[in-house]
This record gives sequence, structure tokens and C-alpha cells, in this order.
Amino acid sequence: MAEMTISTPPTTAAPPGETPGKAPRGGRRKAAVRRVRRRLVHLLIVLIAVTFLSFVVIDLLPGDAAVVVAGDNATPAQVAQVRTDLGLDRPMLVRYVDWLGGVVTGDLGRSFRTGQPVTEALAQRIPVTFELTIIAQVLALLIAVPLAIYSAYRPGRFVDRTSMTLGFGAAAMPQFVFGMVLIVLFAGGLTSILPATGYTSFFTDPLGNLRTIILPCLTLMIAEAAVYRQLLRSDMISTLQEDYILMARSKGLGPRTILLRHALRPSSFSLITLSGVNIGRLLGGTVIVETLFAIPGLGQMIVQAVFNRDYMLLQGGLLFVAVAYVVINMIIDLLYLVLDPRVRRDA
Amino acid sequence: MRPTTPQAEKAPTTAAPGRHARREGFEDGALLTVEDVHVRFHTRNGVVHAVEGVSLELSEGEVLAVVGESGSGKTVFTRRVMGLIAGSRDTEVSGTVTFDGITLSELDAKGLSKVWGKEIALVLQDPMTSLNPVKRIGAQITETLILHQKLSKQDANARAIELLRSVGLSEPERRVRQYPHELSGGMRQRVTIAIALSCSPRLLLADEPTTALDVTVQAQILDLLGDLQSRLGMAMLLVTHDLRVVRSRSDRIAVMYAGRIVETAPTKDLFDSPRMPYTEALMNAVPPITGPNHVRLAVIPGRPPDLLAPPKGCRFSPRCPYAQDRCLTEEPPLRDAADLPDGSAVEHSYRCWYPVGTPENAEARRVNVERGETAAGTPVTGEMVPA
Amino acid sequence: MPDSPKTTTTTSLEKAAVTDRDAIDSEITSADLDLVEPITGATATEPAKARRSRTPFGWYLAWFWIAAIVISAIFAPLLPLWDPAVPDYNNVFGGITPQHWLGGDTLGRDNLSRIIYGARASLLVGLCAVLLGAIVGGILGMVAGYFRGRTERVLALITDVVLAFPGLVLIIAIVAILGASLTNLIVGLAILSVPTFIRLSRATTLVVTQREFVQAARAYGCRPMRIILREIAPNVVMPVAAYGFIMVGVFIVVEGSLSFLGLGIPPPTPSWGGMIAGGRTQLIEYPHISLIPAAVMFLTVLSINYVGERSRKLFEVRESNL
Repeated sequence: MAEMTISTPPTTAAPPGETPGKAPRGGRRKAAVRRVRRRLVHLLIVLIAVTFLSFVVIDLLPGDAAVVVAGDNATPAQVAQVRTDLGLDRPMLVRYVDWLGGVVTGDLGRSFRTGQPVTEALAQRIPVTFELTIIAQVLALLIAVPLAIYSAYRPGRFVDRTSMTLGFGAAAMPQFVFGMVLIVLFAGGLTSILPATGYTSFFTDPLGNLRTIILPCLTLMIAEAAVYRQLLRSDMISTLQEDYILMARSKGLGPRTILLRHALRPSSFSLITLSGVNIGRLLGGTVIVETLFAIPGLGQMIVQAVFNRDYMLLQGGLLFVAVAYVVINMIIDLLYLVLDPRVRRDA
Repeated sequence: MRPTTPQAEKAPTTAAPGRHARREGFEDGALLTVEDVHVRFHTRNGVVHAVEGVSLELSEGEVLAVVGESGSGKTVFTRRVMGLIAGSRDTEVSGTVTFDGITLSELDAKGLSKVWGKEIALVLQDPMTSLNPVKRIGAQITETLILHQKLSKQDANARAIELLRSVGLSEPERRVRQYPHELSGGMRQRVTIAIALSCSPRLLLADEPTTALDVTVQAQILDLLGDLQSRLGMAMLLVTHDLRVVRSRSDRIAVMYAGRIVETAPTKDLFDSPRMPYTEALMNAVPPITGPNHVRLAVIPGRPPDLLAPPKGCRFSPRCPYAQDRCLTEEPPLRDAADLPDGSAVEHSYRCWYPVGTPENAEARRVNVERGETAAGTPVTGEMVPA
Repeated sequence: MPDSPKTTTTTSLEKAAVTDRDAIDSEITSADLDLVEPITGATATEPAKARRSRTPFGWYLAWFWIAAIVISAIFAPLLPLWDPAVPDYNNVFGGITPQHWLGGDTLGRDNLSRIIYGARASLLVGLCAVLLGAIVGGILGMVAGYFRGRTERVLALITDVVLAFPGLVLIIAIVAILGASLTNLIVGLAILSVPTFIRLSRATTLVVTQREFVQAARAYGCRPMRIILREIAPNVVMPVAAYGFIMVGVFIVVEGSLSFLGLGIPPPTPSWGGMIAGGRTQLIEYPHISLIPAAVMFLTVLSINYVGERSRKLFEVRESNL
């Protein structure tokens, strides 16, 4: 969930193999292929489970979609007609298999409410949420990584203490509160330099796009930056106590080289995992920010679909979110192959 | 700080020139001079006296072995010599370290980094942890070459392959592209040696370079170090807890106990006539290769002292079979063995009130065996103490 | 002392040189523990002074705030407060007055009274949901970590499925199905937190199971349930509890977020999130209606995070051999 970034859940990455020996030449590629294959199977199972579960959940939602679609003044006969039209009179399992068949052919059905194809609705919403997510992540990392490196280099000093105190504050600030404070500060109350709500596409007006996403991105990134800094800093401090850092110092390398070239990469594994998990989460979970700033993104769409009993739209949205989550986890897994040569051997 | 008699402390460094038993071909004058080095760590449990008043001298091309149990402060001492441990709010350092006319102990980080890797190099104990796991072997060697010798990337790479070959690694062209985890422990230690020697340093600090390795590999690595040392004519400070290791591989030995040097002598002299009971005990704890099987080894009773609260008087007194009342109250200074009746005319100093091989020692031994325990209350029997 | 100690600025790089096996291990921990102390009393200008780990002032401050909120929430009916649900038309958008210390809201209800009664709802949701989630997740995690094999794989799959749902969407769906009420919120949040607790408990169990006393119990032929309850559970409780403590803060925020979306505890029951959302329309003109409960929520979450983070460090099981 969007706010669940205050404390990092324990990520358990597989430990690298320790046994020394000769690695086969093509070991890297082979290991990668094997990993992808194993992951794909897992992905498929998770997707089927997620979509089925969401079908069940949606089926349990109170209220009758046919009534909602037919309107308040519809006669029972009209409602029955709508129900047949939407295929809601069939058993849930049949509808699920039917829907799954559609997914394979790229047909996610149509919105009950507007009749718009779900794929089209997704195509409109996904880029918006994607933009917010990626920019917020990049901003968070840009702020957190240098601060973390410097804090780890001189722990307990000014930069470390200040950023730690501010970070504690940032992590304790609920998104909707921080967003509201930003609106008061920049879009109404004190100054009015940025629009409080709305979204302008980058392709129609790049500058307008920038103006509309600044506050939402700030809201999204602030807590993450705090968590990332804390995480990287503590990993970095334990890396700096490694023998190979002592060795690097004894070679006469300067602190900059040691921090950036020797210590950063081995310290960044948990950061990358967490950042990936967050991207996966944010893609479906910028609900609060999209609601607060009235941004037509995926989160807003999903929440509206719940309220409107727009099952097809909801189903499509959840499918995308689940795919995004699993695919990103797979990418992180593969990224380990690049970052940590020790992983390449096992698998 | 416990007052130390300056003359005694400086004995090794100010000995008369005639006493120096140096090997031929080496110019006189020290490459490394360590004077009265102290290192103390302020921890929440108290102050740890890791190194106390150590003075040493190392000539060009000389191999000095620093021998001691774990916890004797030898690793801290080595790192202080290099400057890797600096003073801070919880680390207190004093004393001077001079290398080739440069006072290392006064240099800042920037100044030190010009010496590190280029003039002084370090080999650590555990090759499993002293190589960066996510960097290729080649990159870990070439970075010093590029930094200190200003080689181009290509030249550095060629030189790295050459270095790997010189430390006896097979297929060096392939090794440079490998990662540390793809090599065995012995191979990794060869790599760290190659890194240390990449810029032909004049001083190599080897901190227990073989402790983490298989016994079969240990001798190979030590021989390699010795071979390279004599070939390159560099000085070496070989830190170890194993006396056997240094017998044939060092010119001089300094024995450390509880942060202090308790005895220092040329290797042969030390083995022939150890003066400090601790040195003697260390030797007795080593099984003689030519001796009979299944002989009970002599053990040193007790444990190394707690550096948070070191014993009063002689640090070794609680474990020493010869300990007398004086040993418990008064710490012996470093004394010159040449003043002893049978002392040879070499630079040999020790820290003991009842040095081994003297009538005083024999008397102390007799007293302790008679009452069945030392002045510190450690039980003594006749067979435990070699006559 | 004949020579003054040389003092330079230390970096962690230099500190690292000290932390070898031959020296003292306590160096590492003393450096490590500094992480959780944002402000320590030790000054860098005093060289070589033994630094004791003093409990920072913030620790007491945080506990004081938490205690004040909890106690006033428990004894709210006994306190001389206005009725939190009764509007007072003289106090609409009211400022700070001797009668209404924190002013009034859009309907003129007393802010102080609503904050204290709101604390009951917020804390109840947070505590109960975490308790439920921690117990279920903790047990499942121990089972997964102890038995490994198929049990573990099935639980991993369930965990993945739940995590693949966007959390807020899931809770929205649950609230939409079951209706917005205190109980349903608690159940929904508990379901959300179960996967994380499973992961934490499993990871800890994996480490604990390797320890001698568990191996010994296994070798004696103790029954698995007995081992889990007697040997493993006591070691898993502390990290799970420390993490759960932080989760209480998270859930207070989530409850607020749901109220913000109109899905929280239904009015007229006061809750912090509902108060913040209620003042949103008057944010520019009367910011105090939203910002005062927001500040209270912020301080509470901050205190919980601070206390939780510090204690989590103490009970953290090293994940080195996972």
C-alpha cells in the first residue's frame, strides 16, 4: 500500500553461493535463462491466483452491477435484460474462464459503465501513473543516495543527524496530510505558483505537465527518500567495516573512490529490492495522491470502479497491477545477476 | 599512563652500532622507526589498552616477525604503524612512526594515501573477505597501478597479468576477468599479494597472511612471500601467532603480549636463548617435529589478559610459572640481554625480573615448585617447568 | 601523559580499521547503536572521552506523548470534555478560546474532545489490527520457517498473491464488501499485514532453527508443535512485536487515508482521519480544523516510529545465514 513505506519489510534475498570453483563461460546467461523460466512459472501461478481471487472478491461486492448500470428508474425487466447483456446471469466460474480466454487474446472486455474497452481505459491511465511513479522514485533516489553515502562516511555528524531527524519526520507524515500542506503552501493559501489539482499531458503541454506533477511527485517521494536514506546508510556502514574496504584504503585509494567504486554496489542490494517493490506498489497504489490532486491515473480509476461496481474495469486494473508487481520483482531478481557476480553461479 | 623508563623503551632503537648483527649488503639505517606507540580505545566498558609503548626499528630488506596470541595487540599495532588507525574521539593514539624520513604519524589522510599502496602495502588475514566480492580480480589490481604509477588502462591490465603470473597463478589472462568467489582461498591470497606488490612497495605488512588458509597452502604462501621479499629487497613486518612459521623466515622477532613488546631478538638468538618466560612458554607449546609421538604438550595456563583491566606489574605474571611478589607489583622495563652474564653481543631485549637462563630464574622456579604455586596463585609442578 | 593524543576527524572508513577480530568487538556495536540515536549527548570536541550510550531525550519525549494519548483515550469519558458529537453553533470554525482550547470544527464540535475521542478509534484500529495480523502471520511464518518444504511454498505463494494486490485497493474492496465499520476495518487491515508478518516471522525462524538449542530439541525427538511454541516462539516474539509496534503507526495513517477517501470509520464517531478530511474544504480559510488533528496524528506516528525503530534494532536477528 502506498503509505506502507515507513518501515522496510524484511526482504530475504537468497544468499550468494560461497563455494569457490570454476564457473562455466556461459554460466551467466544460462543462470539468467533458468531464473527467468522459474520466475515465469511463478508469475503465471500468481497471476491466475490474483485474478481468480479478485473475481471472487468482486462477486462478493454488495450491490448489483446490473441495477447500477440500468439506472435508478429501470424496471425489473430492464435490469434482467442488462444482466443478460453483461453476461452476469452466468455462474462466476464460467465468467472467469470466459474472461481469462479474453485476456489471452488481448480482450479485457468493456466497462459496464461507459462501454469503453478496458484496454483503452488502461492505455489512458497507465502512462499517467507510470510518470508519477517513476519521477517520484528517481527523485527519492537522487535525494537519498548522496545523503546516505555522506551520512555513512561521516556518521553522527551534521549531515547524518539532520537528514536522520528530517527523515523521521518525513516518514511519519501521512501522504494526504503532506499533500494538503503542500497545497496550502504552494497552491492557494500562501502562494499560488502551482495548480492545486488537475493533470496536463506531457504531449499537449510539457511545461504544464511539469507544473501539474511537481506537488504529487513531492508528496509521493518524501517518505520514500527518508526510508531509502536510512536503509542505504546502514547497509553502507556495515559494508565499510568489511576487510576489503580496509584493503582498498591500504591501497591508497581516496574516500570518493572507496565509497563510490567499492562500497556502494555491495551496499545497494536491499535498496534496489525495496525500490523495486515500491515501484510495483505505487503503480497501483497512488490512490491517495491521485484523489487529492485529481489526477486521472490508474489508482483513481480502480477506486472509482469499486464504487461504481464496474467489474470489468476493476478486473482489468487489478490484472495490470498484479502483472506489474510480478514483472518488477522478476526484473529485480535479474538485476542481482548484474550487480552481484556471486549470484550468477548458483540458481 | 603508566610511566616507562625512556632508556629501556628506546633500547632497541638506540643500541650501539656494533651490536647490530645485520645481514650483508644492507645499508645501515632504519627504513621504519616506531617510537613509543600507544593505542587506546575508549569503549563503553572502559579503556582498552591495545598497544602500549611499542618501539621498533626495521631496516631496508629486513624481515621482522611480530609474534603474539590473539588479543595481544599485534593487529592494532600493525594498523597503527600504517596509519589505518587514527586518533578520534574514542581512539587515542600517541607515539611516532617514521618511514623513510617521513613521519607517518603526523600525516593526514591525504598524505598517507600517497604512501599507502605505493611505498607500504598490506596483506590481510582472510583472503575470503579482503577482496571486493563484486569487482573483478583485474580491476582490483589495476586500480593501484593506475592511481600510483599512472599507467594507462591497457598497460595496467598487462602488468596485472604479469603480476598474477609472478605470484604463481595459472592462466592469469583468465583470472583477471574472474571474480574473487571463483577462486580458492590460496589463490585469493596470491591475488592479494599481487595487489600488495603491484607498485613494488618498500615495506610489506603481512597480518597473519596464512592463518585463514589450509595447512597445506600455508607453507606455499609463506614461501612465496619470502621469495618475493628477497627478490624485491623489500622490508617485511610479518605478524603471526605461530612461532614455527617465522623460525626460518625472519631476521628478527618481536614477541608481543598484552599490548607490549616483551622480548625482541634476532631470530636465531631468540630460539637459542629466550629470556622472557612467555617466549619460552610459546616455544614449549609447539610440538617438536623430531620429537616422539603422543607427548603431552606444554600449555600456558590461564587466558590472555583482559585489556580493559590489565594485571598490575608484569602482564604475564598471572600465567607465569616463575612469578614472584615483585612481578605482581612492579612492571619490568625492557632490558638489554647483553648485560646478562651469558648474554651474547646481539640486540636482544626482554621484559622480565627473572629472565630465563639466569640464577635468579632458577631460584624463582625452585621457590615456586616448593610451595606448589606462584606468587599469583597459579599451581606449579616440577614437570610443567622445564629445568 | 607525556604526549597529548592526536585528534583528527574520524570517518567510518577509519573506524573500520579498528574493527578487526584481534581488537575489540565492542567498537562495532558502539558505532552501530549510534544509528538509532539522532541526537546524542557526546560532543566531538572532547577527544577520547569514554562515550556511554545515554538514552536520548527524545526517547522519553516519545514515550510521554504515547502515554498521554493512550491514557487520555482510555479515560476520555471521565475527563471534563465537551460531547464530541454535539454541534455548537456558536463554535462553528471557532478559534482557540478558553472554552474550546483547540477551537471548533465545521459543525462547531469541540476539537480537543474530538481528538481525544478520535484517539480511541485510531488506536483501537491500529492495535487490534496489528495484534490480529501479528498472531496469525507470526504463527504461519513459524510454521513455514520450521517445516520448510511444501508448507513454505504454499505460504510463499499466498503471501505473494496478497502482496500483488495494491494494499489500499484491497482494503477499499474489503470495506466496500463488508461495509465501513470499526470491526471490518480491523479485519481488513489485519489481512493486509499478515504477509509481512509471515515474512518476518519466517526469516527469524530460519535463523533460530539453526541454533543449538533447537537442533538439540529436535534430536531429543520433541514434537514439532512443542519446539515451535517452547523454543522458537519466544525468540520470534520480540522482533515481531517490535515490528508490530511500528505497524500500529502505519495503520493509524491508513485509517486516516481511508477516512480521507470517505471509507473510514463512519461519522459521527470521531476519528483523526475523519477530522482531517472534514476540514479539507475549509483548508485555506480555517486551516486549524485539519491541521491540528494532522499534527496530533503526525506526532503520534513519529513517537511510535521512533520508539519502534530503536527497539527493533535491539531485537533484530541478523539475517546473515539466510
